[in-house]
Amino acid sequence: MSALKWTYEVDGTDFTRAGEASSNVKKKLRALGVPSDVIRKVSIALYEGEINMVIHANGGVIDVEMSPDRIDMVLKDTGKGIPDIEKAMQAGYSTAADEVRSLGFGAGMGLPNMKKNTDEMRIESTVGVGTTVYMTVYIS
Amino acid sequence: MTPIEFAQKYNLTVVTPGDCSREIKGAYCGDLLSWVMGRAKEDDAFVTVMANINTIAVAVLADVACVILCEGAHFDEMSIARAQQQEVCILETDAPSFTVALWLGRELGL
Ligand SMILES: Nc1ncnc2c1ncn2[C@@H]1O[C@H](COP(=O)(O)OP(=O)(O)OP(=O)(O)O)[C@@H](O)[C@H]1O
Ligand SMILES: [Mg+2]
Repeated sequence: MSALKWTYEVDGTDFTRAGEASSNVKKKLRALGVPSDVIRKVSIALYEGEINMVIHANGGVIDVEMSPDRIDMVLKDTGKGIPDIEKAMQAGYSTAADEVRSLGFGAGMGLPNMKKNTDEMRIESTVGVGTTVYMTVYIS
Repeated sequence: MTPIEFAQKYNLTVVTPGDCSREIKGAYCGDLLSWVMGRAKEDDAFVTVMANINTIAVAVLADVACVILCEGAHFDEMSIARAQQQEVCILETDAPSFTVALWLGRELGL
């Protein structure tokens, strides 16, 4: 089987649409018969990343590539960037604004959840240019 | 016990029935969505006061058995439409989260 690829534009202004890309990927993986534990990990990691693109950046593009043995995700935004990635990865660290906190975000648990649910994760970020998050979940 | 059976027994309102075949196998209470994402398990009842469309997204992606909205909170129409479309079961009650957790604990034998 060759790799399958899906691309999603994430609207950075619309909270009500955040989660659409993740939900769509979940549906596709289900239809393809991917094991449910793999689907759950991909869903959680992708949703947290997608939400971060909306609440901390101004949207961007998500690429998902499924190979027989792995699912690779690349989330690229042109937002404000992350000045200190190590600090951002710490559980509880958040710069979320009050209006998104009132919607239930801002616990500072998104990046730790992404780390926990993926086998590989790497963040590249330049302040003022944007952030790209690379995540991989193995299909064993 | 299914979410519908739970609703009947404890007098909760069924806002959307979801996929009626699901069983409640555990429970998680929380209003901070990333905590819920990280900790709730598949087939848990997700007990919360956070009523917006992101709650529905979390319910779908964390694959919980139902959302139980407490303290008399309500979802807006868009959230309800999304829940219907994605087959998420929503229950509502005036009771606080703690009371709902006690009911769930009783039914789950905890
Ligand atoms: N794509 C991004 N662009 C810019 N900053 C980001 C991005 N993703 C994360 N950050 C920064 O890293 C911090 C931690 O992110 P994390 O997802 O762990 O928590 P949060 O989004 O603030 O809260 P939660 O995910 O629990 O709702 C954010 O508060 C923000 O400062
Ligand atoms: Mg986050």
